[in-house]
Amino acid sequence: MASISFTVNARPHTVDVDPKMPLLWVIRDVIGLTGTKYGCGIAQCGACTVHLNGVPVRACSLPVTAAANKAIVTIEGLSADNSHPVQQAWIEEQVPQCGYCQSGQIMAATSLLKRNANPTDSDIDAAMQGHVCRCGTYPRIRKAIKLAAQKMKNPTSKS
Amino acid sequence: MTTKTISRRNFIKLSGMTGTALTLGIGFSALGKDSPVLTAALAEAQNIELNAWISIDTAGTVTIINHRAEMGQGSFQAVPQIIAEELEVDLNQVKIVFAQGSQTKYGSQITGGSSTVRGSYKRLLRLAASAREMLLEAASRKWNVARTELVAENGQVIQITTGEAISYGDLVADAAKLQPPKEVKLKSPRDYKVLRKPMPRQDIPMKTNGQAVFGIDKKIPGMLYAVVERNPRFLGKLKSFDDSAAKAMPGVKHILPVKMRVFSHDREGVAVVADSLWAALQARKALKVEWDDTAFPHHSSEQLYAQMREDVKNKPGLSFRTKGDFKRAFETSAKKLEAIYETPYEAHACMEPLNCIAHFQNNKLEIWGPIQGPDWVQADVADLMGLKPEDVTVNMTFLGGGFGRKAFLDYPHEAAVISKAIQAPVQVFWTREDDMTQGPFRPGMIYQCRGGLSEQGRLQAFETRMAGQNMDHQNPGADKMAYNSNVTEGFLETYLNSMPHYSFSDIPLESPIPVMWWRSVYSSTNGFAFESFLDELAHAAGTDPLAFRRNYFWDARYHELANRLEEVSGWKNRKPNEGWGVAITECFSSIVGEVVKVSRKPDGKIKIDKVWAVMDCGWYVNPDTIRAQVEGSIIMALAAATKHEVTFKEGKAVERNFDSYKMLRITDSPEIEVHVVDNEEKAGGVGEPGLPPFTPALTNAIFDLTGKRIRKLPFALEEV
Repeated sequence: MASISFTVNARPHTVDVDPKMPLLWVIRDVIGLTGTKYGCGIAQCGACTVHLNGVPVRACSLPVTAAANKAIVTIEGLSADNSHPVQQAWIEEQVPQCGYCQSGQIMAATSLLKRNANPTDSDIDAAMQGHVCRCGTYPRIRKAIKLAAQKMKNPTSKS
Repeated sequence: MTTKTISRRNFIKLSGMTGTALTLGIGFSALGKDSPVLTAALAEAQNIELNAWISIDTAGTVTIINHRAEMGQGSFQAVPQIIAEELEVDLNQVKIVFAQGSQTKYGSQITGGSSTVRGSYKRLLRLAASAREMLLEAASRKWNVARTELVAENGQVIQITTGEAISYGDLVADAAKLQPPKEVKLKSPRDYKVLRKPMPRQDIPMKTNGQAVFGIDKKIPGMLYAVVERNPRFLGKLKSFDDSAAKAMPGVKHILPVKMRVFSHDREGVAVVADSLWAALQARKALKVEWDDTAFPHHSSEQLYAQMREDVKNKPGLSFRTKGDFKRAFETSAKKLEAIYETPYEAHACMEPLNCIAHFQNNKLEIWGPIQGPDWVQADVADLMGLKPEDVTVNMTFLGGGFGRKAFLDYPHEAAVISKAIQAPVQVFWTREDDMTQGPFRPGMIYQCRGGLSEQGRLQAFETRMAGQNMDHQNPGADKMAYNSNVTEGFLETYLNSMPHYSFSDIPLESPIPVMWWRSVYSSTNGFAFESFLDELAHAAGTDPLAFRRNYFWDARYHELANRLEEVSGWKNRKPNEGWGVAITECFSSIVGEVVKVSRKPDGKIKIDKVWAVMDCGWYVNPDTIRAQVEGSIIMALAAATKHEVTFKEGKAVERNFDSYKMLRITDSPEIEVHVVDNEEKAGGVGEPGLPPFTPALTNAIFDLTGKRIRKLPFALEEV
């Protein structure tokens, strides 16, 4: 067991866990934030994506020790009231179906838009290709990312 | 709007069966087929537990039950949207509550066969209109104003002349004492305010901020976590296990052998129960298990497909749906065609792997999980556990995908067995590898199609012989000489009507591999064989593939669909160096036509330029949900056509995770345009019928561009 400290959505936490435990299970089962999902456990599907010091990471394959003294942001930290422009764009374009992969998709899209305010289709492909959606919401994800980019410049933008 | 699953006790409180609220339900099995509208008083008098589909309390809060699972397809929106229309309430002001599983209470709840809307909409419209009429009647009496002077609108009754309004909440006490009207007049679709509008789905905001509770997210007090090491061979037994190392690991509470029912057999394994999921996963790795795999064949894909190829040539099979004399008509045809099509085994690969919570105590069982058929789980798990159905409570969570897999009972049964053995609440978690390798799978199929054309190029004789595992033959006591009439789903009935000679036969393959419905079921592969072969026949007849199909349409709906498809896709303006393909299939009472356009990229590889789809599902609820479902169906079909398959080696599934079962990604997602036909036909399904026509439309387009006919799936688009 190891004692590890970090912040989750700006709140400090210290956990006493097996140092090999992936960050995903610490977030879900120790901290109790279940918006971040398990999909494959081998960093192939992106359902577990969170931001670690602002960078999207696959929490299923990252040992908790890698998060020591760092800042983690999960879907719950983006905004609880869906006020983030990416969440708003996701709602306006009616992206989710089952919704299971969408936390990861949204975290990846948020990170893309932070780096690139005007992503092209190929920028979107590059940033989002690690994220699997079995319901097939990809056409709407593409539209929502473009709408979110607009909203970040002008919050009243509509699709 | 809020959602939660509530117990019966809370429900009574919430819906106020005390008489201070208006609560209406539908009477099911006990009352015969006409399923009357019931008030709390009527239900009590007849000793029926009221299903309380609509409940309006004195504050005017409307609570609506959703009796079906929400797995992405939109039932969570569709059921309330239907009720809100006739009840005249604002959809955003209603509370939606998942029903618990009970067929006697809610009628069928199985969320399969694209049946939620088409199976319930008439009843739900009638129920909502009854509630509205009772509120209007209560207002009429209260004000002493004729019913014709009143309208219901936005949760209020309003006097037309004075504009005076009273909220539903102020009327419920009086309305609850009234009898439901014998007959109600339903709105004309022309007057719909809520239905047929692209109303935003109310589950979506919960799915963009992490608040939606899926099965995997559910926790109950004192819950332990279990993972099970299951025999990777489907009929294998547990011989022995050594748990000495696993038992010594931190957090481990119990290690026990476990059996769960899979059709006629038991799947065997060893369960590791711990105080955290991580501890259970670690300890499972330390188990040493020996299996007994001696009593059954260990099939490989090569053997299975070799057998099916031989079977379609040589075995008579189970004959059904025969008309005329195929053999004679074929022999005398001017042109004869024969083709063999092969489709793979597939995994459902729901993004949320299987999981289920069970709590067995005092001979009662409560279950929480991502479950497609809560009423089936209640009845069948009760049977397997030796309980009465009323002692089994099944709570639905949101489902992270279902596609048929979560209509199966193995995982709730397994959770119940473990909870009973350890006398504690437990969540059984399946890793992706557990989920992907145990099945049930979509069965692999081989089709042998033969067709005969007349001198004029008219199809006069048609035969399909299909080999593959028969889903129905797996059930206990199944009659293996019986065919299943669903096996021809996806073969366009309209063609068959106009064909003088046809013949189908089904040649069941025996294998221990469990098989099961996969989105659009038989049509998901039948559509490929049939619509590919029609394209081959059209080319042999020298006729445009869309024009060829029109020659066999039996009713006007198909002609309208084809015309619309031709118009929206620009079928008539096809250019050289483009490949165009079309396919039309019907399943679950909806007809879908799709056109795919392909071309070669500068590097010579094929790309899909665009897909057009026209859906005729008759009466419908929400056009945007339909568009979303058709988009998703097309993408799932494209994945199964070009990306993934499950193969078997020495009796075990080979593909274990997304590194080998390659999922379709955004980079491969084509542009899709979906059109919905407006008509007054009976409601058809929405979640599945968009899937079957895509793959044949794609491979027909590839043939049009390259002259290469693809008859075996999956194929790599970049290698054509």
